[in-house]
Amino acid sequence: MSDKEVKNLEEMFEACIARDEKIEPKDWMPEKYRQTHIRQISQHAHSEIVGMLPEGNWITRAPSLRRKAALLAKVQDEAGHGLYLYSACETLGISREELYEQLHSGKAKYSSIFNYPTITWADIGAIGWLVDGAAIINQVPLCNTSFGPYARAMVRVCKEESFHQRQGYEIMLTLCNGTEEQKAMAQDALNRWWWPSLMMFGPTDAESTHTEQSMKWKLKRKTNDELRQQFIDQTVPQADILGITVPDPDLKWNDERGHYDFGEIDWDEFWQVVKGHGPCNKERLNARVSAWEEGEWVRDAAMAYAEKQEERKATTKKAS
Amino acid sequence: MSDKKKNWPLWEVFVRSKNGLEHRHFGSLHAADAEMALENARDVYTRRNEGVSIWVVESKHITASNPSDNGELFEPAQDKVYRHPTFYDLPDEVKHM
Ligand SMILES: [Fe+2]
Ligand SMILES: [Fe+2]
Repeated sequence: MSDKEVKNLEEMFEACIARDEKIEPKDWMPEKYRQTHIRQISQHAHSEIVGMLPEGNWITRAPSLRRKAALLAKVQDEAGHGLYLYSACETLGISREELYEQLHSGKAKYSSIFNYPTITWADIGAIGWLVDGAAIINQVPLCNTSFGPYARAMVRVCKEESFHQRQGYEIMLTLCNGTEEQKAMAQDALNRWWWPSLMMFGPTDAESTHTEQSMKWKLKRKTNDELRQQFIDQTVPQADILGITVPDPDLKWNDERGHYDFGEIDWDEFWQVVKGHGPCNKERLNARVSAWEEGEWVRDAAMAYAEKQEERKATTKKAS
Repeated sequence: MSDKKKNWPLWEVFVRSKNGLEHRHFGSLHAADAEMALENARDVYTRRNEGVSIWVVESKHITASNPSDNGELFEPAQDKVYRHPTFYDLPDEVKHM
Protein backbone atom coordinates (compact mmCIF):
# COMPACT_ATOMS: atom_id res chain seq x y z
CA MET A 1 0.00 0.00 0.00
CA SER A 2 1.31 3.46 -0.86
CA ASP A 3 1.70 6.14 1.79
CA LYS A 4 -1.14 8.04 0.21
CA GLU A 5 -3.46 5.05 0.40
CA VAL A 6 -2.59 4.49 4.05
CA LYS A 7 -3.21 8.14 4.80
CA ASN A 8 -6.56 7.89 3.10
CA LEU A 9 -7.49 4.81 5.13
CA GLU A 10 -6.38 6.52 8.31
CA GLU A 11 -8.60 9.50 7.62
CA MET A 12 -11.59 7.24 6.99
CA PHE A 13 -10.75 5.36 10.16
CA GLU A 14 -10.59 8.48 12.34
CA ALA A 15 -13.81 9.77 10.80
CA CYS A 16 -15.52 6.48 11.59
CA ILE A 17 -14.52 6.78 15.26
CA ALA A 18 -15.55 10.44 15.33
CA ARG A 19 -19.03 9.32 14.15
CA ASP A 20 -19.10 7.03 17.21
CA GLU A 21 -18.91 3.90 15.10
CA LYS A 22 -17.09 0.92 16.58
CA ILE A 23 -13.98 -0.74 15.26
CA GLU A 24 -14.16 -4.53 15.13
CA PRO A 25 -11.17 -6.91 15.11
CA LYS A 26 -11.10 -7.69 11.39
CA ASP A 27 -11.50 -4.06 10.31
CA TRP A 28 -8.49 -2.23 8.98
CA MET A 29 -6.78 -0.19 11.71
CA PRO A 30 -3.59 1.85 11.95
CA GLU A 31 -0.74 -0.12 13.45
CA LYS A 32 -0.46 2.41 16.25
CA TYR A 33 -4.10 1.87 17.17
CA ARG A 34 -3.53 -1.87 17.33
CA GLN A 35 -0.38 -1.58 19.45
CA THR A 36 -1.86 1.00 21.82
CA HIS A 37 -4.90 -1.19 22.36
CA ILE A 38 -2.85 -4.32 22.91
CA ARG A 39 -0.84 -2.43 25.51
CA GLN A 40 -3.77 -0.85 27.31
CA ILE A 41 -6.12 -3.88 27.25
CA SER A 42 -3.39 -6.29 28.34
CA GLN A 43 -2.25 -3.96 31.09
CA HIS A 44 -5.83 -3.83 32.25
CA ALA A 45 -6.15 -7.64 32.12
CA HIS A 46 -2.89 -8.08 34.06
CA SER A 47 -4.17 -5.67 36.71
CA GLU A 48 -7.32 -7.73 37.21
CA ILE A 49 -5.29 -10.92 37.55
CA VAL A 50 -2.56 -9.55 39.84
CA GLY A 51 -5.29 -7.71 41.73
CA MET A 52 -6.55 -11.05 43.02
CA LEU A 53 -3.37 -11.58 45.04
CA PRO A 54 -3.63 -8.93 47.79
CA GLU A 55 -7.23 -9.90 48.46
CA GLY A 56 -6.70 -13.64 48.10
CA ASN A 57 -4.41 -13.18 51.09
CA TRP A 58 -7.49 -12.78 53.33
CA ILE A 59 -9.92 -15.37 51.98
CA THR A 60 -9.00 -18.02 54.54
CA ARG A 61 -9.02 -15.46 57.36
CA ALA A 62 -12.23 -13.58 56.62
CA PRO A 63 -14.00 -12.94 59.95
CA SER A 64 -17.29 -14.65 59.04
CA LEU A 65 -18.80 -16.97 56.47
CA ARG A 66 -20.72 -14.04 55.00
CA ARG A 67 -17.52 -12.08 54.47
CA LYS A 68 -15.71 -15.10 53.15
CA ALA A 69 -18.39 -15.88 50.56
CA ALA A 70 -18.42 -12.25 49.42
CA LEU A 71 -14.65 -12.00 49.17
CA LEU A 72 -14.41 -15.29 47.28
CA ALA A 73 -17.06 -14.09 44.84
CA LYS A 74 -15.26 -10.78 44.38
CA VAL A 75 -11.90 -12.39 43.74
CA GLN A 76 -13.54 -14.80 41.31
CA ASP A 77 -15.08 -11.81 39.50
CA GLU A 78 -11.63 -10.25 39.14
CA ALA A 79 -10.40 -13.48 37.52
CA GLY A 80 -13.39 -13.22 35.17
CA HIS A 81 -12.54 -9.60 34.37
CA GLY A 82 -9.01 -10.62 33.50
CA LEU A 83 -10.34 -13.36 31.22
CA TYR A 84 -12.82 -11.09 29.40
CA LEU A 85 -10.01 -8.64 28.79
CA TYR A 86 -7.43 -11.20 27.69
CA SER A 87 -9.86 -12.51 25.09
CA ALA A 88 -10.67 -8.99 23.90
CA CYS A 89 -6.93 -8.40 23.56
CA GLU A 90 -6.37 -11.64 21.65
CA THR A 91 -8.74 -10.45 18.90
CA LEU A 92 -5.99 -7.96 18.00
CA GLY A 93 -3.73 -10.81 16.96
CA ILE A 94 -1.62 -11.51 20.04
CA SER A 95 -1.75 -14.91 21.75
CA ARG A 96 -2.58 -15.58 25.38
CA GLU A 97 0.87 -17.13 25.82
CA GLU A 98 2.58 -13.98 24.57
CA LEU A 99 0.48 -11.89 26.93
CA TYR A 100 1.42 -14.04 29.93
CA GLU A 101 5.02 -14.00 28.84
CA GLN A 102 4.99 -10.18 28.83
CA LEU A 103 3.54 -10.12 32.34
CA HIS A 104 5.85 -12.78 33.75
CA SER A 105 9.01 -11.31 32.25
CA GLY A 106 8.17 -7.90 33.74
CA LYS A 107 7.88 -6.33 30.30
CA ALA A 108 4.18 -5.56 30.76
CA LYS A 109 2.90 -3.35 33.54
CA TYR A 110 -0.10 -3.70 35.80
CA SER A 111 -1.73 -1.21 38.13
CA SER A 112 0.75 -0.15 40.83
CA ILE A 113 -1.88 -0.23 43.53
CA PHE A 114 -1.52 -4.00 43.78
CA ASN A 115 2.07 -3.67 44.90
CA TYR A 116 0.93 -2.55 48.35
CA PRO A 117 0.45 -5.13 51.13
CA THR A 118 -2.84 -6.11 52.80
CA ILE A 119 -1.77 -6.33 56.41
CA THR A 120 -5.10 -6.15 58.24
CA TRP A 121 -8.69 -7.15 57.53
CA ALA A 122 -9.57 -3.46 57.19
CA ASP A 123 -7.40 -3.38 54.07
CA ILE A 124 -9.97 -5.60 52.37
CA GLY A 125 -12.61 -3.02 53.21
CA ALA A 126 -10.42 -0.15 52.01
CA ILE A 127 -9.59 -1.92 48.75
CA GLY A 128 -13.22 -2.55 47.88
CA TRP A 129 -14.23 0.98 48.82
CA LEU A 130 -11.29 2.93 47.38
CA VAL A 131 -9.51 0.76 44.83
CA ASP A 132 -12.64 -0.66 43.22
CA GLY A 133 -14.21 2.79 43.56
CA ALA A 134 -11.34 4.36 41.61
CA ALA A 135 -11.44 1.50 39.10
CA ILE A 136 -15.14 2.13 38.47
CA ILE A 137 -14.46 5.80 37.72
CA ASN A 138 -11.70 4.81 35.31
CA GLN A 139 -13.77 2.07 33.67
CA VAL A 140 -17.24 3.50 33.16
CA PRO A 141 -16.16 5.81 30.30
CA LEU A 142 -14.52 2.81 28.60
CA CYS A 143 -17.92 1.19 28.04
CA ASN A 144 -18.13 3.62 25.08
CA THR A 145 -14.59 3.20 23.82
CA SER A 146 -14.04 2.74 20.08
CA PHE A 147 -12.77 -0.84 19.98
CA GLY A 148 -15.84 -3.11 20.08
CA PRO A 149 -14.47 -6.09 22.03
CA TYR A 150 -12.95 -3.81 24.69
CA ALA A 151 -16.17 -1.83 25.06
CA ARG A 152 -18.25 -5.01 25.40
CA ALA A 153 -15.88 -6.45 28.00
CA MET A 154 -16.07 -3.20 29.96
CA VAL A 155 -19.86 -3.24 30.01
CA ARG A 156 -19.76 -6.64 31.66
CA VAL A 157 -16.97 -5.60 34.05
CA CYS A 158 -18.76 -2.43 35.14
CA LYS A 159 -21.97 -4.33 35.88
CA GLU A 160 -20.04 -6.51 38.31
CA GLU A 161 -17.94 -3.83 40.00
CA SER A 162 -20.58 -2.12 42.04
CA PHE A 163 -20.97 -5.07 44.40
CA HIS A 164 -17.20 -4.97 44.95
CA GLN A 165 -17.28 -1.41 46.14
CA ARG A 166 -20.38 -1.87 48.29
CA GLN A 167 -19.04 -4.95 50.07
CA GLY A 168 -15.83 -3.02 50.83
CA TYR A 169 -17.68 -0.03 52.18
CA GLU A 170 -19.84 -2.31 54.31
CA ILE A 171 -16.70 -3.81 55.86
CA MET A 172 -15.46 -0.30 56.67
CA LEU A 173 -18.84 0.65 58.10
CA THR A 174 -18.92 -2.39 60.35
CA LEU A 175 -15.43 -1.68 61.64
CA CYS A 176 -16.22 1.99 62.20
CA ASN A 177 -19.31 1.07 64.22
CA GLY A 178 -17.31 -1.48 66.23
CA THR A 179 -14.82 -1.16 69.06
CA GLU A 180 -12.25 1.65 69.31
CA GLU A 181 -9.63 -0.79 68.09
CA GLN A 182 -11.70 -1.77 65.07
CA LYS A 183 -12.30 1.84 64.16
CA ALA A 184 -8.59 2.57 64.50
CA MET A 185 -7.94 -0.31 62.14
CA ALA A 186 -10.28 1.25 59.56
CA GLN A 187 -8.56 4.62 59.97
CA ASP A 188 -5.15 3.02 59.53
CA ALA A 189 -6.29 1.33 56.33
CA LEU A 190 -7.61 4.62 54.95
CA ASN A 191 -4.31 6.26 55.85
CA ARG A 192 -2.35 3.72 53.86
CA TRP A 193 -4.68 3.35 50.84
CA TRP A 194 -5.76 6.95 50.26
CA TRP A 195 -2.73 8.27 48.41
CA PRO A 196 -2.02 5.15 46.34
CA SER A 197 -5.71 5.23 45.30
CA LEU A 198 -5.31 8.79 44.03
CA MET A 199 -2.28 7.64 42.05
CA MET A 200 -4.45 5.08 40.25
CA PHE A 201 -5.61 7.84 37.91
CA GLY A 202 -2.08 8.22 36.60
CA PRO A 203 0.25 11.21 36.29
CA THR A 204 -1.11 14.77 36.22
CA ASP A 205 -2.36 16.08 32.88
CA ALA A 206 0.79 18.17 32.52
CA GLU A 207 2.91 15.00 32.72
CA SER A 208 0.64 12.63 30.82
CA THR A 209 1.85 11.96 27.30
CA HIS A 210 -0.89 9.94 25.62
CA THR A 211 -3.94 11.97 26.52
CA GLU A 212 -4.73 13.66 23.20
CA GLN A 213 -4.50 10.54 21.07
CA SER A 214 -6.37 8.53 23.69
CA MET A 215 -9.17 11.07 23.72
CA LYS A 216 -9.51 10.79 19.94
CA TRP A 217 -9.75 7.02 20.11
CA LYS A 218 -12.09 7.22 23.08
CA LEU A 219 -9.72 5.29 25.27
CA LYS A 220 -10.20 8.31 27.46
CA ARG A 221 -13.11 10.67 27.80
CA LYS A 222 -11.88 12.71 30.72
CA THR A 223 -8.33 13.56 31.76
CA ASN A 224 -6.49 11.96 34.67
CA ASP A 225 -6.91 15.08 36.79
CA GLU A 226 -10.63 15.33 36.07
CA LEU A 227 -11.18 11.69 37.04
CA ARG A 228 -9.07 12.10 40.19
CA GLN A 229 -11.10 15.14 41.21
CA GLN A 230 -14.32 13.22 40.62
CA PHE A 231 -13.06 10.42 42.86
CA ILE A 232 -12.07 12.79 45.67
CA ASP A 233 -15.35 14.70 45.49
CA GLN A 234 -17.42 11.55 45.79
CA THR A 235 -15.23 9.74 48.34
CA VAL A 236 -14.69 12.43 50.99
CA PRO A 237 -18.38 12.55 52.03
CA GLN A 238 -18.29 8.73 52.26
CA ALA A 239 -15.37 8.98 54.69
CA ASP A 240 -17.39 11.51 56.69
CA ILE A 241 -20.23 9.00 57.02
CA LEU A 242 -17.74 6.43 58.29
CA GLY A 243 -16.44 9.03 60.76
CA ILE A 244 -12.80 8.60 59.75
CA THR A 245 -10.38 11.21 58.43
CA VAL A 246 -8.83 11.44 55.00
CA PRO A 247 -5.07 11.72 55.63
CA ASP A 248 -4.59 15.04 53.83
CA PRO A 249 -4.24 18.24 55.92
CA ASP A 250 -4.75 20.32 52.75
CA LEU A 251 -8.08 18.74 51.91
CA LYS A 252 -10.74 21.46 51.93
CA TRP A 253 -14.00 22.15 50.16
CA ASN A 254 -13.60 25.02 47.70
CA ASP A 255 -16.93 26.73 47.26
CA GLU A 256 -15.78 28.71 44.27
CA ARG A 257 -14.56 25.69 42.31
CA GLY A 258 -17.33 23.44 43.57
CA HIS A 259 -14.68 20.82 44.30
CA TYR A 260 -12.37 19.71 47.07
CA ASP A 261 -8.86 21.16 47.02
CA PHE A 262 -6.27 18.58 47.99
CA GLY A 263 -2.59 18.27 48.82
CA GLU A 264 0.41 17.35 46.71
CA ILE A 265 0.68 13.71 45.61
CA ASP A 266 4.07 12.08 46.19
CA TRP A 267 4.93 11.32 42.56
CA ASP A 268 8.36 10.01 43.52
CA GLU A 269 6.67 7.20 45.36
CA PHE A 270 4.43 6.58 42.34
CA TRP A 271 7.36 6.26 39.92
CA GLN A 272 9.33 4.12 42.38
CA VAL A 273 6.48 1.61 42.52
CA VAL A 274 5.96 1.73 38.74
CA LYS A 275 9.65 0.98 38.26
CA GLY A 276 9.39 -2.11 40.44
CA HIS A 277 10.48 -0.81 43.84
CA GLY A 278 7.14 -0.90 45.64
CA PRO A 279 6.68 -2.92 48.82
CA CYS A 280 5.32 -6.04 47.04
CA ASN A 281 6.36 -5.91 43.36
CA LYS A 282 8.65 -8.93 43.67
CA GLU A 283 6.22 -10.93 45.76
CA ARG A 284 3.33 -10.36 43.30
CA LEU A 285 5.31 -11.29 40.23
CA ASN A 286 6.79 -14.36 41.91
CA ALA A 287 3.32 -15.51 42.92
CA ARG A 288 2.13 -15.16 39.30
CA VAL A 289 5.10 -16.91 37.80
CA SER A 290 5.03 -19.83 40.22
CA ALA A 291 1.27 -20.27 39.76
CA TRP A 292 1.91 -20.48 36.01
CA GLU A 293 4.86 -22.82 36.30
CA GLU A 294 3.36 -25.09 38.92
CA GLY A 295 0.21 -25.36 36.85
CA GLU A 296 2.08 -26.49 33.77
CA TRP A 297 1.64 -30.19 34.37
CA VAL A 298 -2.10 -29.70 34.79
CA ARG A 299 -2.37 -27.84 31.49
CA ASP A 300 -0.30 -30.50 29.75
CA ALA A 301 -2.29 -33.36 31.26
CA ALA A 302 -5.58 -31.77 30.18
CA MET A 303 -4.26 -31.33 26.65
CA ALA A 304 -2.96 -34.91 26.51
CA TYR A 305 -6.30 -36.20 27.76
CA ALA A 306 -8.18 -34.15 25.15
CA GLU A 307 -5.96 -35.50 22.39
CA LYS A 308 -6.40 -39.07 23.57
CA GLN A 309 -10.18 -38.65 23.59
CA GLU A 310 -10.04 -37.29 20.04
CA GLU A 311 -7.96 -40.24 18.88
CA ARG A 312 -10.28 -42.71 20.54
CA LYS A 313 -13.28 -41.10 18.86
CA ALA A 314 -11.52 -41.30 15.50
CA THR A 315 -10.65 -45.01 15.84
CA THR A 316 -14.12 -46.07 17.00
CA LYS A 317 -15.57 -44.19 14.05
CA LYS A 318 -13.27 -46.05 11.68
CA ALA A 319 -14.09 -49.39 13.27
CA SER A 320 -17.86 -49.01 12.99
CA MET B 1 7.32 -22.88 27.49
CA SER B 2 8.49 -24.63 24.34
CA ASP B 3 7.15 -23.70 20.90
CA LYS B 4 6.27 -27.28 20.09
CA LYS B 5 3.96 -27.58 23.03
CA LYS B 6 0.28 -27.44 22.21
CA ASN B 7 -1.54 -24.74 24.12
CA TRP B 8 -5.22 -24.92 24.96
CA PRO B 9 -7.16 -23.80 21.90
CA LEU B 10 -9.56 -20.85 21.77
CA TRP B 11 -13.33 -21.38 21.96
CA GLU B 12 -16.20 -19.01 21.23
CA VAL B 13 -19.02 -18.96 23.76
CA PHE B 14 -22.70 -18.43 22.94
CA VAL B 15 -25.27 -18.09 25.71
CA ARG B 16 -29.06 -18.19 25.66
CA SER B 17 -30.10 -15.86 28.48
CA LYS B 18 -33.58 -17.35 28.77
CA ASN B 19 -35.86 -19.62 26.81
CA GLY B 20 -37.46 -17.76 23.96
CA LEU B 21 -34.26 -15.86 23.14
CA GLU B 22 -31.52 -16.89 20.73
CA HIS B 23 -28.00 -17.83 21.77
CA ARG B 24 -25.82 -14.74 21.61
CA HIS B 25 -22.05 -14.45 21.33
CA PHE B 26 -20.67 -13.68 24.81
CA GLY B 27 -16.92 -13.90 24.30
CA SER B 28 -14.21 -16.50 24.14
CA LEU B 29 -11.96 -18.57 26.35
CA HIS B 30 -9.27 -21.23 26.29
CA ALA B 31 -9.91 -24.87 27.15
CA ALA B 32 -8.36 -28.24 26.38
CA ASP B 33 -11.59 -29.77 25.08
CA ALA B 34 -15.28 -29.09 24.55
CA GLU B 35 -16.32 -30.33 27.97
CA MET B 36 -13.84 -28.07 29.72
CA ALA B 37 -14.86 -25.19 27.47
CA LEU B 38 -18.46 -25.62 28.66
CA GLU B 39 -17.43 -25.73 32.31
CA ASN B 40 -15.19 -22.70 31.95
CA ALA B 41 -17.89 -20.83 30.05
CA ARG B 42 -20.25 -21.45 32.94
CA ASP B 43 -17.75 -19.98 35.40
CA VAL B 44 -16.59 -17.09 33.25
CA TYR B 45 -19.81 -15.94 31.60
CA THR B 46 -22.75 -17.06 33.76
CA ARG B 47 -21.88 -16.27 37.38
CA ARG B 48 -25.07 -14.25 37.82
CA ASN B 49 -27.79 -16.24 36.10
CA GLU B 50 -26.92 -14.82 32.69
CA GLY B 51 -27.87 -18.01 30.94
CA VAL B 52 -29.92 -21.19 30.67
CA SER B 53 -27.99 -22.76 27.80
CA ILE B 54 -24.43 -22.55 26.48
CA TRP B 55 -22.88 -23.40 23.12
CA VAL B 56 -19.14 -23.57 22.65
CA VAL B 57 -17.38 -23.94 19.34
CA GLU B 58 -13.69 -23.98 18.66
CA SER B 59 -12.83 -20.62 17.11
CA LYS B 60 -10.96 -22.17 14.20
CA HIS B 61 -14.20 -23.72 12.93
CA ILE B 62 -15.82 -20.35 12.37
CA THR B 63 -15.69 -18.92 8.88
CA ALA B 64 -16.12 -15.16 8.95
CA SER B 65 -16.76 -12.70 6.14
CA ASN B 66 -14.05 -10.17 5.51
CA PRO B 67 -14.77 -6.46 6.07
CA SER B 68 -13.03 -5.68 2.77
CA ASP B 69 -15.81 -7.61 0.99
CA ASN B 70 -18.52 -5.60 2.69
CA GLY B 71 -19.27 -3.57 -0.43
CA GLU B 72 -19.89 -6.58 -2.59
CA LEU B 73 -21.77 -8.44 0.14
CA PHE B 74 -23.99 -5.84 1.70
CA GLU B 75 -24.31 -2.85 -0.61
CA PRO B 76 -26.61 -4.53 -3.15
CA ALA B 77 -29.34 -4.53 -0.48
CA GLN B 78 -29.20 -0.77 -0.18
CA ASP B 79 -31.01 0.12 -3.41
CA LYS B 80 -33.74 -2.48 -3.06
CA VAL B 81 -36.25 -0.14 -1.51
CA TYR B 82 -39.09 -2.24 -2.92
CA ARG B 83 -38.32 -4.77 -0.17
CA HIS B 84 -39.81 -2.37 2.35
CA PRO B 85 -43.53 -1.80 2.90
CA THR B 86 -43.28 1.99 2.63
CA PHE B 87 -42.28 1.66 -1.05
CA TYR B 88 -45.90 0.93 -2.00
CA ASP B 89 -48.36 3.81 -2.42
CA LEU B 90 -51.82 3.07 -1.14
CA PRO B 91 -54.70 5.45 -0.51
CA ASP B 92 -55.28 6.48 3.11
CA GLU B 93 -58.74 4.85 3.09
CA VAL B 94 -57.16 1.43 3.06
CA LYS B 95 -56.99 0.35 6.69
CA HIS B 96 -55.13 -2.44 8.46
CA MET B 97 -52.38 -2.84 5.87
FE1 LIG C 1 -12.25 -5.92 38.23
FE1 LIG D 1 -13.43 -5.17 41.27
